[in-house]
Amino acid sequence: MQIKKLPFLLAAFMFVAPFLSFASDSIAEPAHINGQSEEVAKDEKKAKINAYIKHHLKDTHDFHLFSNERTGKHYGFPLPVILWDDGLHFFMSSAFDHGHKLAESKGNYYKLHHGKIYRTEADGELTYDHSEAKHSEHGGETSVKSHIEEVSGGHAEENKDHGHPTNIVPLDFSITKNVFNIFFIGLLVFLIFSSVARGYKKGLAPKKAAKFFEPLVLFVRDEIAIPNIGEKHYRKYMGFLLTAFFFIWMVNLFGLTPLGVNVTNNIAVTGALALMTFFITQFTSKKDYWLHIFWMPGVPYPMRILLAPIELLGVFIKPFALMIRLYANITAGHIVLMSLISLMFIFDNIGAKGAFYGLTIFLSIIELLVAFLQAYIFTMLSALYFGMAVEEHDAH
Amino acid sequence: MDLFKEFSVGLFFWQTLLFLILLFLLRKFAWKPILKAVTDREESIEEALEQADKAREEMKKLQSDNEEIIREARVERDAILKEAREIKASIIDEAKTKAGEEGAKMIEQAKEQINNQKMAAITELKNQVAEMSITIAEKVLSKELESKDKQADLVNKQLNDFKLN
Repeated sequence: MQIKKLPFLLAAFMFVAPFLSFASDSIAEPAHINGQSEEVAKDEKKAKINAYIKHHLKDTHDFHLFSNERTGKHYGFPLPVILWDDGLHFFMSSAFDHGHKLAESKGNYYKLHHGKIYRTEADGELTYDHSEAKHSEHGGETSVKSHIEEVSGGHAEENKDHGHPTNIVPLDFSITKNVFNIFFIGLLVFLIFSSVARGYKKGLAPKKAAKFFEPLVLFVRDEIAIPNIGEKHYRKYMGFLLTAFFFIWMVNLFGLTPLGVNVTNNIAVTGALALMTFFITQFTSKKDYWLHIFWMPGVPYPMRILLAPIELLGVFIKPFALMIRLYANITAGHIVLMSLISLMFIFDNIGAKGAFYGLTIFLSIIELLVAFLQAYIFTMLSALYFGMAVEEHDAH
Repeated sequence: MDLFKEFSVGLFFWQTLLFLILLFLLRKFAWKPILKAVTDREESIEEALEQADKAREEMKKLQSDNEEIIREARVERDAILKEAREIKASIIDEAKTKAGEEGAKMIEQAKEQINNQKMAAITELKNQVAEMSITIAEKVLSKELESKDKQADLVNKQLNDFKLN
């Protein structure tokens, strides 16, 4: 009985999740700073929100849930840091204390700056390519900007005055928040679908969760794989298409939860997925595919020479577009959604707050659709490219 | 470009690794059994439908067969009844003719017997009458010829008769 309700509960949770995000965001609502003029407070608020959105979209080395500004405390849990810097370095991200401390491992010192890990000397100083301005996290500056960096955990907007650190950047294989999430979601997807698969052992009729997921599996097979790849070849691509579809969808849905986990708005994630599509396309392609790239049949010879570089470029542009599309759609959705939430805090008018609340709900529902749509588009286009790779052309 | 400066090699590495592991595991433990179950079910449904169609067809055929059999049986029954009726009629007819013949024969025999007995009776009667006539004649004659006169009369008379002739 409990398990029967699971899909509905899950769906219900996904549905209300975007609204819950107010809860965690409101905790981070800037407190009024005494002794400052109204104008400065407002500017600061705007800058802070801007920083908060950017921070929210970035990957971090700890799992940050929310912060209490008054006490300067961050709630969440640390994640392991794994570095390759002439040997393996392993320590928990709590060693950084949100960028306030240096982490020492095997005689090397590491500093967390703007979400990136740099190797420093024991004094923890970073050198910048614009050396006139020195940046110090420990300084007692009271300017608006440094205050923002303090409250947002030191990952605020890239400060152009300071330039970029020239310190050595070790290869960072840390289990960051995003890595933690993809593993969590991967596990979830595996648990869901292996249990769905086990359900079929008792009989061919779908049971429990399978009732919800089977139509989606069939959707991928009948609406995505078969029309684009063809009845003959679609089977060998089903594994990738199903995995990509459900992984991207789940990841997108989790991105809408108040946990603030945005994985698909990271170019590395979408890049990895698109690259997978690229390699599968190339490695499973048939002779016809390459023939149509380098020596397009049915067009005059000079045109063939002209078409070859264009087609070859297309081979790389296709997965590149896949990567950018998913990344940009999800990132844009998050920025708009978070901006709308933030607008509620900027406007003092109760009517405006209500209007933005309604707008946020509306946009959350749209984002729920986008989460599915982007998973669908990614899978659909992958299937289309696979279809091109295995297509058997009749004589032109 | 800011976009590619932010590209995280670590995240890329983990994502690729995770996805490959996930792909392998799901393929083995989820997609294959699920798709197989779904295909099996689709096939079994198709097969069941086909069989139902076939059964319906067979039923129809069976029904028409049944009707044919019933029709044939009815025809046969009618034929048998008709034959029985004919046999009955012929038996009765035969019996009647036989009885008639027998009756006629018996009547004939009876008639013959009656005739025979009648003849016998007539003969006996004739004999007795002849005897009686003789006796009577004897007695008459004896009485007639008691006197001489009477004898002479008679002879005369007889003689007269002869003369006439």
